[in-house]
Amino acid sequence: MLLIHCPCCGVEAEETEFAAGGEAHIHRPGPDCSDAEWATYLFDRKNPRGVHLERWRHAFGCGKWFHMARHTYTLEVYGVYQADELTPPQAILDRIAERTSA
Amino acid sequence: MTRLAEGGALIDRTKPVSFKFDGKTYQGFAGDTLASAMLANGVKLVGRSYKYHRPRGVVTSGPEEPNALVNLGSGPTHEPNVRMTQVPLFEGLEATSQNRFPSLNADIGVLNALASKLYPAGFYYKTFIHPRVAWKHLFEPVIRNIAGLGRAPSEADPDTYEHQYAFCDVLIAGGGAAGLLAARKAGEAGARVMLVEQTERLGGRMLVDDDAEIDGKSAVAWVAEQVIALEAMDNVTIRLNTCASAAYDHGYTMLYERRTDDRKGTGPRHRLWRVRTKQIIAATGMIERPIAFYGNDVPGVMLASAVRDYVKLWGVAPGRNTVVYTVGDDGYRTALSLHAAGHKLSAVLDVREDPVGMLVEQVRGAGIKVMPATGIGKVIGGKAGVTAIKTVSFATGKDDAPLDDSIPCDCVAMAGGWSPVVHLYSHSGGKVLWDAKLAMYRPDANFRPTDGSGEGFVHAAGGANGELQTQAVLKSAAEAASGALSSIGMTTDTSAPTVAAVAEQPMQPTWFTPTQGKASYGGKHFLDYQNDVTVADIRLAAREGYESVEHAKRYTTLGMATDQGKLSNINGHAILADALGKAMPEVGTTTFRPPYTPISMGSIAGREKGILFKPVRETVMHNWHAAQNAEFEPVGDWRRPYRYQQGNEAREPSIHREIARVREAVGLLDASTLGKIIVKGPDAGKFLNMMYTNMMSTLKPGKCRYGLMCNDNGFLMDDGVVARLDEDTFLCHTTSGGSDRVHAWMEEWLQTEWFDLKVYTANVTEQWAQFAVAGPNARKLLERFEGDTDLSGDALPFMGFTDGVLDGLPVRIFRISFSGELSFEIATPTSYGPALWEALMSKGEDLGVGPYGTEALHVLRAEKGFIVVGDETDGTVTPHDVGMSWAVSKKKEDFIGKRAMMRSDLTREGRKQLVGLLTTNPRRVLPDGAHAMSADGTRAIGHVTSTYYSPTLKRSIAMALIEDGQSMMGQTLTIGIDANSAAKAVVSSPVFYDEEGARQNV
Ligand SMILES: [Zn+2]
Repeated sequence: MLLIHCPCCGVEAEETEFAAGGEAHIHRPGPDCSDAEWATYLFDRKNPRGVHLERWRHAFGCGKWFHMARHTYTLEVYGVYQADELTPPQAILDRIAERTSA
Repeated sequence: MTRLAEGGALIDRTKPVSFKFDGKTYQGFAGDTLASAMLANGVKLVGRSYKYHRPRGVVTSGPEEPNALVNLGSGPTHEPNVRMTQVPLFEGLEATSQNRFPSLNADIGVLNALASKLYPAGFYYKTFIHPRVAWKHLFEPVIRNIAGLGRAPSEADPDTYEHQYAFCDVLIAGGGAAGLLAARKAGEAGARVMLVEQTERLGGRMLVDDDAEIDGKSAVAWVAEQVIALEAMDNVTIRLNTCASAAYDHGYTMLYERRTDDRKGTGPRHRLWRVRTKQIIAATGMIERPIAFYGNDVPGVMLASAVRDYVKLWGVAPGRNTVVYTVGDDGYRTALSLHAAGHKLSAVLDVREDPVGMLVEQVRGAGIKVMPATGIGKVIGGKAGVTAIKTVSFATGKDDAPLDDSIPCDCVAMAGGWSPVVHLYSHSGGKVLWDAKLAMYRPDANFRPTDGSGEGFVHAAGGANGELQTQAVLKSAAEAASGALSSIGMTTDTSAPTVAAVAEQPMQPTWFTPTQGKASYGGKHFLDYQNDVTVADIRLAAREGYESVEHAKRYTTLGMATDQGKLSNINGHAILADALGKAMPEVGTTTFRPPYTPISMGSIAGREKGILFKPVRETVMHNWHAAQNAEFEPVGDWRRPYRYQQGNEAREPSIHREIARVREAVGLLDASTLGKIIVKGPDAGKFLNMMYTNMMSTLKPGKCRYGLMCNDNGFLMDDGVVARLDEDTFLCHTTSGGSDRVHAWMEEWLQTEWFDLKVYTANVTEQWAQFAVAGPNARKLLERFEGDTDLSGDALPFMGFTDGVLDGLPVRIFRISFSGELSFEIATPTSYGPALWEALMSKGEDLGVGPYGTEALHVLRAEKGFIVVGDETDGTVTPHDVGMSWAVSKKKEDFIGKRAMMRSDLTREGRKQLVGLLTTNPRRVLPDGAHAMSADGTRAIGHVTSTYYSPTLKRSIAMALIEDGQSMMGQTLTIGIDANSAAKAVVSSPVFYDEEGARQNV
């Protein structure tokens, strides 16, 4: 069970306090988009054996959504960041680069 | 009796204990295990194997025991598949043998063994495949009868079990020499330490294999010194009878503690611990391996280490006349301990050509015959145990080798080498490496299980790290402690006590012992005792192409029994490697999965049973409903009155009575469970325009609008009435089961997509009691209350609402209706609920007021053709499918579900559409979910979503989703009832009653 740090309320807590929300930074296209664009938005998800940017909610805590960069196999957590950030902060990108370069 | 005259470090000879096995009374001592006590009574046969029902005896002295599984206790305390080697003996203990009929001695399942040619490896695979009919009617019933080990208990367990949580810096699994030293070092460095040990004693093999001196002291004295030092440290917690069952992600560790297996103690019987530890030191030791030879499963054939455990710890010699069969020096320790106890040793058989060294010389010096390059060619004996062995020479170099003279004996001690217990290291991703010299998988320090920051958090120490010599064990424990501490910013040195021990010579890995003639195919060379997997089975798997170790495992069931292959896996993988002509690492090993040993179901449940299993939500009126004899039904987590029973009234008459009350007088419904979410802020209207398919921003304050909510697939997910309280504030009603989900849904969009909107939400469901007052007398009833609220149709029209006061109670009154009658839904702060309800009941007595339940509600709404999300919808249904296009805005630029509704599948011809069904026989009520057939009877074209007998219309009514149903009005459909019958029904509008809505709009 993961140990997760919530960037909204600051607690470090068990995974059971949180709810996973799938891949992060999915773009929701407008109603004028093509069928293919809409299908991509609805259904196409990465499923990497590796670094994954994902959404989590502190469901049984502060209730806030946030982002987490995590390795899906080793379960290493590279960092958490706010739900309204459209890309990971540079510090997290640097950490990912450092930890995955070997 | 095989109890020795003296000795036995763990038993108290002043405290005799009597117990029963299969109804017969035996005596043992306090400190015995059930296994040691049975051996002390000379009982060798304790169980039957799973497949062939072969007679089996105790093989080990610990948790790895594959054979000695019993039923413990009786009635409510009955527990199956308990390992005798782990059951502390207590007065009055009752155990029965398993997997035998009618008795252990005369088991008819042994016929399986005679038919063993019919049960080769892969028997199950091959049988399952064809013919299928034979499986159902022949094989399965027979297999079910003879299969299985223990019997499941039939009564509820009266004991308590609990979950406990703990936190520490370093968790040390295993209280042997390595665990004690690591704990001491971590404790002295100031870390919070938990030291757990699965047995009731600390010291591990040092208590038995005490031929080494540590820091100039005997091993036993050194152990005692460590225990005293650890017990004196406040930051060190020691838990005995506690097994580190599993190491999960990020250091989450599960412990299984057995507290009061005699069921006489106080407090919980078992505990499941969930420990968050920063570091784990796996000092879990090793397990000795059996050797594969012909007849190695006859009772009396045991692990050599277990034989000397019984001698030294419990003062029991499992045999009077023992043969030791060893692949290295370690077996000689068993010979020496038996000799020291005054027992006869017929011979030590050593696979090595030229055994030398101190242990070998001590054995020779004791006058015991050592036979080099010799193995056991055959065991002679039966259910009464071993009577002799025949030796075989490895010098022939062949599988089919001539056997030599027999040696009489009643016990065989086999020492096949040691396997580190790498389970805890492997559970969350640690890798192991094959050490060809020691013939064992050892933890690979380069691939440790990693924690959340990607750093290794499990350190293997001592035997678990593959160390066989005491000096190396202690050195590795010191290094593990240092590694664990430095990972958490603490330090210790890596020094270890000095050990003086006998030097040992290399072992010679031996996976198979030749025998003579046909038997050399290996059909009686057992690998997995519990599942009866033999060398022949593995070789067959290899020949039939099951080359992957994972495939061979499943084909033969090697290692799939309750012992999870603790004794058998390495031997089996070696046989597979040999059969495939590959090296061990090429074959690989199977996955080590938690828990390490089986844990009780009670410990998994903990306190979460009965009313604590799942919390139930009750409205403020719950006790009133119960006092009125309400029959409750679950709706989400809520319990709602399904109907109110008067006397012995059957269900249907009571529901019809409640429906008639609403249609003819006035009924009260406790609608407090309806979700209520406040959405507030300057952008609230804009936000709700996205959440609902309807336009909400144009709703006037003081008005209500029924809204539909879809997901971005365009499918309905919730519905409810939205009221605009003021310019900035909306109150959104949701379905009873949906309030938490809808609130979370709103928050998800607000936080992750439209975080620029100025909107707050609050789920106020439980802040309000809400009652529907429905029926032609509803207004008359409310007008009897004191207050100045004008309830006339002009002042408070349909779909309007007002705040007001009824008899001094603050209320909000909505003119909304789910029954089709004149209806007011009255909300009041929850604590006022009972007062309001009681007032409604007492003021309306002459108006025919009374409560109605959810079933009446459902019939009332079905008569009106109102949908219920979850009945008429199933996650693939759009608003258009249920005829509610009117609630989907065409003006809004966007809303959740808009784009999806333009996708080809959602606009195509032939989608299922909501219609009514009127059976040609008006008394015939269709089954819920029944399928409508196409005209040619070849396929289903839809299904019934709601179906009732309508007492108002005095006929059956149903709603259904039928392909292109809207264009089939008036057609007669065939509805399947069961395999042999069908009903006819005419397609109609789903609104069966008061289509114009005149009754609710007064
Ligand atoms: Zn939080």
